[in-house]
Amino acid sequence: MKFWPLIKIIPMKTNFRFVAFSKYAAGISVALSIAALAAVLIPFEGPCGGLNCGIDFRGGTILEFTTQPAPATATPGQGAANTAPATPGKQIDLGVVRETLSGRGLGEVGVQAYGDGSSAMVRFETPKGKDANAVKSEVRRTLESKMPGIRFTNDATVGAKVSGELFLSGILALLVAIGLMLVYIWFRFELQFGLGAVIGLFHDVFLTFGMIALFDMEFSLTTIAAILTIIGYSMNDTVVVFDRLRENLRKYKRMPLREVIDLSVNETLSRTIITGLTAVLALTGLAVFGGEALFGFSVIMIVGIILGTYSSIYVAAPVILLWGVKRGVEDEPEPIKFGAASRP
Amino acid sequence: MMALSRWKVIVVIASIAFGLLFALPNVLPQSARDALPGFMPKKTLNLGLDLQGGSYLLLEVDTSALRKEKAVNLLEDVRKVLRDEKITFSDLAQTREGVSVRITDGGRVADAYNLLTKQLPRPLKNGTGSDLNVNRAGDQRLTLNFTEQGLNEQSASAVDQSVEIIRRRVDELGTKEPAITKQGANRIVVQAPGESDPEKLKDVIGQTAKLTFQMVDTSVSLQDAAAGRLPPGTEILPSTDNYSPAYVVRRRAEVTGEMLTDARQENDPQSGAPVVSFRLNSQGARRFGEVTTKNIEKPFAIVLDGKVISAPRINSPITGGSGQITGNFTVESANNLAILLRAGALPAPLNVEEQRTVGAELGADAVQAGTISVAVGFISILVFMVLIYGFLFGGISVIALLVNGLLIIAAMSATQATLTLPGIAGLILTLAVAVDANVLIYERMRDEFRTGRPLLSSMEAGFSKAMTTIIDANLTTLIAAAIMFFFGAGPVRGFAWTLSIGVFTSVLTAVLVTQLLLAIWYRTARPKTLPIA
Repeated sequence: MKFWPLIKIIPMKTNFRFVAFSKYAAGISVALSIAALAAVLIPFEGPCGGLNCGIDFRGGTILEFTTQPAPATATPGQGAANTAPATPGKQIDLGVVRETLSGRGLGEVGVQAYGDGSSAMVRFETPKGKDANAVKSEVRRTLESKMPGIRFTNDATVGAKVSGELFLSGILALLVAIGLMLVYIWFRFELQFGLGAVIGLFHDVFLTFGMIALFDMEFSLTTIAAILTIIGYSMNDTVVVFDRLRENLRKYKRMPLREVIDLSVNETLSRTIITGLTAVLALTGLAVFGGEALFGFSVIMIVGIILGTYSSIYVAAPVILLWGVKRGVEDEPEPIKFGAASRP
Repeated sequence: MMALSRWKVIVVIASIAFGLLFALPNVLPQSARDALPGFMPKKTLNLGLDLQGGSYLLLEVDTSALRKEKAVNLLEDVRKVLRDEKITFSDLAQTREGVSVRITDGGRVADAYNLLTKQLPRPLKNGTGSDLNVNRAGDQRLTLNFTEQGLNEQSASAVDQSVEIIRRRVDELGTKEPAITKQGANRIVVQAPGESDPEKLKDVIGQTAKLTFQMVDTSVSLQDAAAGRLPPGTEILPSTDNYSPAYVVRRRAEVTGEMLTDARQENDPQSGAPVVSFRLNSQGARRFGEVTTKNIEKPFAIVLDGKVISAPRINSPITGGSGQITGNFTVESANNLAILLRAGALPAPLNVEEQRTVGAELGADAVQAGTISVAVGFISILVFMVLIYGFLFGGISVIALLVNGLLIIAAMSATQATLTLPGIAGLILTLAVAVDANVLIYERMRDEFRTGRPLLSSMEAGFSKAMTTIIDANLTTLIAAAIMFFFGAGPVRGFAWTLSIGVFTSVLTAVLVTQLLLAIWYRTARPKTLPIA
């Protein structure tokens, strides 16, 4: 059994010169970050700019409806297996839906079909000064009269006040998360490490946002949750590299910093790849089988994990080179002991 | 390190026992759960609305309307106090903070001041100060200003009262297990799982249901009144009956909804149309008797939330304390009104700020998709680990992962944390990251073994050196989860909670369970070399 377990064919010692490539990587990363920022901010109008904000942040109403007949018994949680419709529903003519909703002052109306085309979703804004519920009831009635036999399944309405608050607290959550990570790394390592980590995080967050803007994916509360998770994962990855870096800096006191960085990244490379692959593998299952609702969420996380892995190798570690680290034999900071012994 | 310390064995066995015990109800059918002895936990995973279907409403108590109403009442109170004592006044008007009035007779300003100070301010519930400040403002003017504490106290009690009334209304609807909670200073969250009708829920919750009986003023025609010749003390109210678009009614409410003791939907014995019958308490019955005796042949208006629902003519005195409200009712709307009247009026209007509804069948679809994707994700992690690390080391991490999954389900069931759709994604990611701890330990062992250390010492070093990294790495995830918990709403919180539980169980299982299993392997097999090196 020469090829199994697979760990044996992953070379134990790699000697990639990561730092040497970091100049080019930095150029690409900076360019991509700027492009992503532009995609997110342009057109420059509040609150969402180039992002496709869901009603969580923009306010408004979502209605989902289907032409499929209601299942005879829909017991939540249990009757899942027999919810498949006996007869397939009719195709919904999205043109009719759009026409029905146009010219009512409903702002930017979004119409989208999903499933086999017998279900659809409409999104609209509440005209200024009108009651959201009254508007929604009216839209429901109009749709029902144009397309007899449709059934409304899901709906959601978010008022302007709440959507503004959700948007602010969402952005604030991202900033606080990044800020706390800086403090944490500063406390556990050194300020330079913290800065490297935070620049890496901004890189990940910007590019993820850029992708969301580019593919016109919906930006909602769950997107914020996905990005926060990416921040957690990317930090996790960065910390592993930094931990090894700190250890090697002590071990090889005379080795130039760039070589220590290369060595540390190489030493942790197999772990980085295995963990990243595991996460991506598991999330791919989610994206494929998790249905409409989880697809966007999983795709954002998969991209984020790939970015996080890349940034801990090519962004966070090389940034440390920019400032250098204190490596004096005398004034080497004592590591803080945490839980189990941090040294053998 | 490879020596089996007793506490580690105990911790592992205890947590597996805990896991089995608390995860068990999830695989039992309802009947078997009911048959469990009393000491056994019976709670299953608490599925969020997005998984089991249901409605979520975020309501805000309109405290500004409350303020306005308070100011109007104060105005009338001041007028009454001064009139009763025959103090002449002018310029009685609302201000931003309350009411101001000018006393015409300079010699009676002090009298008026003393009277108002004695009669109007009410002490606060917390015992410090009162809800109203009466001040002399010069030029024979008095100002009455509400205190900030007084207003806050009133808003707070209005919110509490609203929660109570909503609970009563929702209970009357027969909604199963509604959760009604206060959020922040003036918001209320209503969550109703299952196949409840969200529109009906909103109809029942959103109405203030303030009922009053007021006399109709027949001395002036509607056209004259609309043209501005409105007699003092009257107002024009729109109507929902079939006879007149609006009525001129006296402002004074003769009987109010608080005086009701009961309300039912019935059918009118003559016409068969649905009506709401009501019964008044003794005070209300007396007032109603007096008013109907004095006003035979005149119409009175039944006003609900500022709209006249009907304006019947009084044919004979009604002294029994019960009566009927007729109007444009269907059986359902009459029934709804009866529910509202029984539960009482809301102290202030409620605005629906956010509403989400998930159909029960879609919830079931989501559960199915979630279960499949968790299973697929889990199995792919297991297969991947065995492929990478072989049956022994891969198998050990698989066992640790299984225990981890068990513990997460048990902890979620025991704490009744809400499992949402994003929470499922959190679960998968947690399992993937849990593997990371194993990977870190194994990689470290390889490193150490490669430098020529003996096997036992490499394994021990693997654990101790990886430990710092594992704790650092998991703390960062915990920080991210804490932030989601504090800033996030509903489904995001569920996600954060799943993630946090996962961090703890992952560290526990990936470190302790793995260590235990490796120690057992080392003791029984007495290996000379590391299988993964």
